[in-house]
Amino acid sequence: MSEPTIRTAERVELLVGETSEGAQELQPRKQTGSDELGREVGAVLRLNGLNLDPNSIDYERRDDETMIINMGPSHPSTHGVLRLMLELDGEFVLRTKPVIGYLHTGMEKTAEELSYVQGGTNVTRMDYLSPVINELCYSMAVEKLLGIEVPERAVWIRMMMSELNRVSSHLVWMATNGMDLGSTSMMIYGLRDRELVLAFFEKTAGLRMNLNYVRPGGVAADLPDGWQDDVLVICDTVTERTYEYDQLLTGQPIFRQRLVGVAPITAEEALALSVTGPLLRSTGVPWDLRRSMPYLAYDQVEFDVIVGTYGDNFDRYAIRLNEIRESLRIVRQCIDMMPKGDYRSQDAKVTPPPRARIGESMEALIHHFKLFTEGFHVPAGEVYSAVESPRGEIGCYIVSDGGPKPYRLHVRGPSFVNLQAIPLLMRGGSMSDAITVISTVDPVMGEVDR
Amino acid sequence: MISLPPLAPPAVVTSDALACDLACFPTRDQYFALVSSFKDDGFELCADVCGVDYLEYMDRALPEGVAATRFEVVTNLLSLSKKRRVRIRVQAGNEDPEVDTLFDLYPGSEAMEREAFDMYGILFTNHPDLTRILMPEDWEGHPLRKDYGSGRVPVQFKEAPGPR
Repeated sequence: MSEPTIRTAERVELLVGETSEGAQELQPRKQTGSDELGREVGAVLRLNGLNLDPNSIDYERRDDETMIINMGPSHPSTHGVLRLMLELDGEFVLRTKPVIGYLHTGMEKTAEELSYVQGGTNVTRMDYLSPVINELCYSMAVEKLLGIEVPERAVWIRMMMSELNRVSSHLVWMATNGMDLGSTSMMIYGLRDRELVLAFFEKTAGLRMNLNYVRPGGVAADLPDGWQDDVLVICDTVTERTYEYDQLLTGQPIFRQRLVGVAPITAEEALALSVTGPLLRSTGVPWDLRRSMPYLAYDQVEFDVIVGTYGDNFDRYAIRLNEIRESLRIVRQCIDMMPKGDYRSQDAKVTPPPRARIGESMEALIHHFKLFTEGFHVPAGEVYSAVESPRGEIGCYIVSDGGPKPYRLHVRGPSFVNLQAIPLLMRGGSMSDAITVISTVDPVMGEVDR
Repeated sequence: MISLPPLAPPAVVTSDALACDLACFPTRDQYFALVSSFKDDGFELCADVCGVDYLEYMDRALPEGVAATRFEVVTNLLSLSKKRRVRIRVQAGNEDPEVDTLFDLYPGSEAMEREAFDMYGILFTNHPDLTRILMPEDWEGHPLRKDYGSGRVPVQFKEAPGPR
């Protein structure tokens, strides 16, 4: 009788050790260095240097009493193709390692082959829940390199659209978070309300998502006739409904038990992990780029920066719910204060001539042709622009060599960075808490993998 | 001009004239000490780390005293208390680019440095887990390098080789 083959730890090492650059997976403890182990158990603050003995953590559990399992990449709670490898002790999480890259399509490489005019269509697909804010970040970087001013009306249109986008993004978050916690009615409601915003996007830009609406030099089109009424309806309806959701969820005992006090993070840990957005604000750090380093016209409108106290799941929920209200408050002010004028820069170098001019003017035709074949040349230099996306600081770093295409375009995705907090947040919690952690960190995999 | 933090290593080249932002140009040896001094000076957050391959743009403008190399690591630090950003561009080398990791200062730089390694093959000394992050782990080459050649691998559906 032949002996049965058993996949021991040594065998696993052989399986993954053959590849060129080393394994991305969660390894057995004895094969993991202390620094890496520290990350996986969520030890972030190292005051005197971290000194973890692989065998001394969780000493009450030996390696063969725990289990390394995969969660994802295709799992309904992972919000896309996020793969988590968990070391479990029974039902409790000891170590976590996110394995990403399943949605990687090389968008930064693609960006080097698209002209600045086309670039917006690329970046808008990164964080597909907040396309306007991606485009805004990219356009602001290009404008900074070009050194052009954007007309006042374009600034306010941009601000209104990005706040509406924040509302729709947070509504999707409310929906998916509700679904993860078993409140399927919240999912239907959240997606229903988001449709209001998307319908307005469609009316304005022609598309529901991936708008390519904010472009270098301004926005693609003026607001449609009667936009004030449409936007007011959105504001009134969604504001009223946030109070319904308050009633539905906030006091709900099961909902509270899943969130209150679960997966806390301190301000020091969040800062060390470069975490931004609602995740950082939940710890009580009032850091919101709209307030702290104002761009567009955020210094001319009134709004509150919502901060939490405990940094737990419930704070993150409450912050997002209230940010919907604050965003709608900004949108209302935009309706009142929207200036008249051009919606895009009149600089013929970056803005195509109006359609009517092309039929009668040779120069306009040439300009139009040049702009959409070759694109405009951008002065050499490098720039980093950052704006506040619903998930945190989204940054765009562009290097230009003076040509019509970016030499290098790098996007700092807030989800990509925030994902590093997951091992810390999951440590010690149960599997069901792991679901709420993924949900409240709110990663958008399109942006994580780019 | 940027005022360097008091503990910064001497003779770090700084410039605010090149682009729209402020930048420091340390050498590889000064890099870690410089970032460390910025951290002590109140730059709490490491916003971004990314690599750049300047193979086709070696004649880029740099302040005097900085020798251009093919690879560059660009680090953006953010100070919440001062509401300021600072950019650190370190020339990482030509053939085997390598700089110190910021992991000991900012644990949050881990994933970003892994990405720079994955995309450019820039090594980060003492990084705890320098493996590929976005590409499959058996991938050959570093796709964002300028000599990588996009379109080198035939894509299915487009000039795909026939059956057999």
